[in-house]
Amino acid sequence: MTITNYDPRILKAPHPVPGAPDNWKRFFSFNTDAKVIGIQYIVTSLFFLLVGGLLAMIVRGELITPPADLVDPSVYNGLYTMHGTVMLFLFLFPILNGFNNLLIPTMIGAPDMAFPKLNAAAFWLVPVFATVLMGSFFAPGGPASSGWWSYPPMSLQNPLGHFINGQFLWILAVALSGISSIMGAVNFVTTIIRMRAPGMGFFKMPIFVWTAWAAQTIQLIGLPPLTGGAVMLLFDLSFGTSFFRPEGGGDPVLFQHFFWFYSHPAVYVLVLPVFGIFSELFPVYARKPLFGYKFVAIASFGITFLSMIVWAHHMFYTGTPNWMRHIFMFTTMLIAVPTGVKVFAWLGTLWQGNLRLNTPMLFCLGGLFNFIFAGITGVMLATVPIDIHVGNTAFVVAHFHYVIFNTIGFGVFAGIYHWFPKFTGRMYYEGLGKVHFVLTFIGATLNWLPLHWAGLLGMPRRVASYDPEFAIWNVLGSIGAFMLGVASIPFILNMVSSWARGPQAPPNPWRAIGLEWLLPSPPPAENFQDDIPTVISEPYGYGLGHPLVEDEEFYVRRSLEA
Amino acid sequence: MTTTTPGKGPNIGAIVIITIAVGLNLVIAKMMANWSYSWFPPQASSAAPYVDDLFALETGIGSFIFFGCTGFMGWVLLFNRAGKYDESDGAPIEGNTKLEITWTIIPLVTVFLIATYSMNVNMKLQTLGPKHKYAIGTDPTTLIANDPKADIGPIDVIARQWSWEFIYPNGVRSSELHLPVDQRVNFRLISEDVLHSFFVPAFRLKQDIIPGSIISYSLTPTKEGRFRLRDAMFSGAYFSQNQTNVVVESEATYADWLKKTAGQPLQPGLDPGRSLYDRRLARGDKGWATVPPAPPPMVNDPGDPSIPHDA
Repeated sequence: MTITNYDPRILKAPHPVPGAPDNWKRFFSFNTDAKVIGIQYIVTSLFFLLVGGLLAMIVRGELITPPADLVDPSVYNGLYTMHGTVMLFLFLFPILNGFNNLLIPTMIGAPDMAFPKLNAAAFWLVPVFATVLMGSFFAPGGPASSGWWSYPPMSLQNPLGHFINGQFLWILAVALSGISSIMGAVNFVTTIIRMRAPGMGFFKMPIFVWTAWAAQTIQLIGLPPLTGGAVMLLFDLSFGTSFFRPEGGGDPVLFQHFFWFYSHPAVYVLVLPVFGIFSELFPVYARKPLFGYKFVAIASFGITFLSMIVWAHHMFYTGTPNWMRHIFMFTTMLIAVPTGVKVFAWLGTLWQGNLRLNTPMLFCLGGLFNFIFAGITGVMLATVPIDIHVGNTAFVVAHFHYVIFNTIGFGVFAGIYHWFPKFTGRMYYEGLGKVHFVLTFIGATLNWLPLHWAGLLGMPRRVASYDPEFAIWNVLGSIGAFMLGVASIPFILNMVSSWARGPQAPPNPWRAIGLEWLLPSPPPAENFQDDIPTVISEPYGYGLGHPLVEDEEFYVRRSLEA
Repeated sequence: MTTTTPGKGPNIGAIVIITIAVGLNLVIAKMMANWSYSWFPPQASSAAPYVDDLFALETGIGSFIFFGCTGFMGWVLLFNRAGKYDESDGAPIEGNTKLEITWTIIPLVTVFLIATYSMNVNMKLQTLGPKHKYAIGTDPTTLIANDPKADIGPIDVIARQWSWEFIYPNGVRSSELHLPVDQRVNFRLISEDVLHSFFVPAFRLKQDIIPGSIISYSLTPTKEGRFRLRDAMFSGAYFSQNQTNVVVESEATYADWLKKTAGQPLQPGLDPGRSLYDRRLARGDKGWATVPPAPPPMVNDPGDPSIPHDA
């Protein structure tokens, strides 16, 4: 309908997609279509969710009784290290990049990513470093077993003396994951800045795009220091340098700064897109505009900025001087402000809405409920005297699982159900979805709520055995963990059977407002192709009665005819 | 939040409901704060009451926010649900700038007040003394003077993979940490292998021990009893075994113990990872790689881990 202002090279770039076979084989090829890559990311990471979950269940099996009796403690340490690594680098980061691939181009009306080949290369690095990481189970001496922090000098102890060892492969995998993430980030940020549909100014972008942009900015700033730290660690481990080795004059605490300078903001890389998912879904299922759209949009970058200056709150008890503890306590607590803005905006969106409680909405509500709780324990952990007691205990484990699974995980599930019809062209089964939600909510609560008390009573994290007084909390936690394992059954059943033979999805089954819902389900290879709509309204105009784009009826009709 | 309803005057019914809800929430928050004291081990150091008070304060504020927000969610779930075939939209409220500024300012002020209060607590406790780097292999103990405010010390705390050793100023070596009640003790925290952490939950205190650095650390036990000292920074295969007891006793009992122990010969001390390591070797060294446990420290008092601990 309109002439777009893209860089003309984008559409002229050789595009292998249109001719590619429209069957399952395209998911196993070097395909440059962002929608194929998105599904590649999501399916790969869901597989690793199962791997990470299996490792977690062995860990919780060990912890169901006080003594170390299920596996050797050295094996336990390797299992929990790999559990954390798999969940972060092979489940959460890739699955959110999957969402970025599916949603960014369709939400801003772009035909594809700015750099389609870079995009495919970033994805295909995932199976490469996944193989390296999984291969480390078979390295002499087993996989890395120094926790996902890999703090030296513990991580530099190489008892068998082999050059190829678990820790070596671990660092290699993490560095490759970092390269893949940087490639992704360059692509997402460029696409968002350069390829929006005509009329879509920054303050007409959907919040998911805002949060993805804010999150990928963190990747661009934070990953280089982490990668630098990882290279130094690798040199210390394999080539005899002593950046972090005290006996050579190095400082083990220096690594902690490199590590947390990225790895704390990394949590915001994960949680910001989930804030985006919440901000997309609450308006749809409450049938209301997002409360305070501009505040929510700007708060995303408030979080990005603050996330860069809080890292030393992970080091309150490492000998950090008081003045530094205080600065980092204040900055950390400040994050509660933009985060609070978002939480209150979602609550405001629900107010006087017309709520439809289907599976994605249930996961959003559950995720918000858990996130409010996690935010409160987060402020507690930011408080220096309290952190000195509960730091490195089960309380921290409980807190960050409340963030990373009970909030981010819930948001991911909500997003999968919500956009499943759009990108597969099939509806999922609501009943199985609800069973999945109920099992997940009860399992997750049972798993992590009790661990807060174990931590307050003084149970350290990462232990293979513990004093009997902590048994009750751990038994409850383990039951919850096994329940989460069971919860994956209705989910897998639902996804596989719905995709194979679910009912055909209409273009806009949720009556949602957004460019992606003006496309057919599933969208064609280049989305809007030559007819890019011109955006004329802010997103989330539920009940306001004005169209999102010029000639909206044309796009609705076209999506129905496809 | 009813102010978001446009075009309506003050609604008496709404004001009554909100007042009752806020009042109820305040009562629940206060009850949660009071309850939170029971979630901790006994208070056995001068730091513990501060930590517990601060935690109770945050539990109170946090409960108010949590039950406020989730109560609100419960309300909308009860009263704002769409009927099965109801496809209409909700109230088209796009925002409310005053409300948005309010919920930016109130959390900002709240967290600043909490942070300022915690900062004062932190200054009062003054547990962490100077930290000095040294070359491993040299004697670091000359680098740090005793904490001038301490009554006892400095006691050298040496953490290893996986054992604890405590060396008193008179040369007594012990596997358990004996301390007199109500006296400020100064420690020099030392590790020569990997990171460890000196964590006594009943004291509410934790300090990492950094290889290559010596750290001066002080605290005042306030309650007699046997309390667990747990290594809280992951230190390798038998990390979870790396625990011992802190025995806080009256000044007279402590003096007696120090005198009696000084006359005892050196013997191998507690070596909690050893039995698991031996079991592993007996099974053919199966499992993933680990460094062997360090030899047990030679001490005058090896302690008795079989005596039950208080917390």
